[in-house]
Amino acid sequence: MERLSFLHKAERRAGGRRPMAIVGVVASGNLEVLVERVLPSTECVVEIATTAHGFGEVWRAVVADFVERRSPGGLKFSINDGGARPDTVALRLAQGARTIEIDTL
Amino acid sequence: MTEATLSPPLAGAPSLISWYEATARQRLAALLDPPSFDEFLGPDQREVSPHLPIFDLPEQFDDGMIVGRGLLDGCPVLVAAQEGRFMGGAFGEVHGAKLTGLLRAARDIPGVTVLILFDTGGVRLQEANAGELAIAEIMRAMIEARRAGTRVVGLIGGRAGCYGGGGLIAGCCSVLVVSEQGRISVSGPEVIETNRGVEEFDARDRALVWRTMGGKHRRLIGGADLFAGDSVDSFRAAAITAIQRAEPFSQDVLAAEQARLKERLSRFGACTDATEVWAALGIERPELVPAMVTDDFITLANSKQEAHRGAR
Repeated sequence: MERLSFLHKAERRAGGRRPMAIVGVVASGNLEVLVERVLPSTECVVEIATTAHGFGEVWRAVVADFVERRSPGGLKFSINDGGARPDTVALRLAQGARTIEIDTL
Repeated sequence: MTEATLSPPLAGAPSLISWYEATARQRLAALLDPPSFDEFLGPDQREVSPHLPIFDLPEQFDDGMIVGRGLLDGCPVLVAAQEGRFMGGAFGEVHGAKLTGLLRAARDIPGVTVLILFDTGGVRLQEANAGELAIAEIMRAMIEARRAGTRVVGLIGGRAGCYGGGGLIAGCCSVLVVSEQGRISVSGPEVIETNRGVEEFDARDRALVWRTMGGKHRRLIGGADLFAGDSVDSFRAAAITAIQRAEPFSQDVLAAEQARLKERLSRFGACTDATEVWAALGIERPELVPAMVTDDFITLANSKQEAHRGAR
């Protein structure tokens, strides 16, 4: 298991008031993203546990792109990865950020 | 315990959400009255499997089992849902302990109903001993809860079906709802073929798998009590009916079930294919059953199923 952690500064606090959201499942080519509103509003942390070793630089690029696009300030993202491709990861991160912003489902 | 742990529902009207395609969380969100679901030991508690890291396998924050409480048509229910896409929905130590705990809680809440959304291949091989023990503990907890008056409704229509120990647990429920996509058995197709040979069972023959273990056959021979379409709406309606249908548990119920199974064996024991069983049930064109649409099949099943006589 390879564990990665990325800390970013975010320009804006993520919208909404929900404390937590979870999207995705841990399956082949898929991942789960647990989103928790537990950080100061200008910080964003993404922690990853993946069985696919040696892709740290790809993760770094996907996470940096995500933080720049969504500015998810105050959110901690915890990922269990089942070998998802970068495009799937980007979509799940965006889905997680969107889900925690929706106050009523 | 927080209220905010559900995934967003799939796009489209609730009636169009496929039970088979949905995740466990999407099924719960659409099955229960919104927004009544309240999860116990949610993913933020990170009660993960202690065994999977030994094999360098990824964990899931809820270990593939979501438990909690909510309302179904205004009635309080306890719910458990398996995520069939994580480890094939298989039972491990934590996964099983969450269901055991829920059933023990149910035992102490008079008149409560438990809904179990099965989606499982059986016991997780990586934690086999803990998983097998969990199956035994769950069955004991379920029987104790039913003796105390709890109704346990099983809902089966997921990708993984309901196999192995999951099939045993389903057999202990008060009422089972199944869809065409749901399969209920103990040994799965590959297990039978591996142990007894391809002449005994060809696991690659999908039509054979479905007519032997699939929802329609289980409904016709009384292995399941109600048949649902693949939509979440259909499962919701069937679950509400199932709660009303569940009979109190007693020694008489067990004796009736034993008699029913004995009669089934004497009546159908010589059949070599499900279509022969359906013909013996008095279905005129058994070869048409697999292609039959849901409503027509429900009408057929209600007219042809074996006499129930208080069994289960």
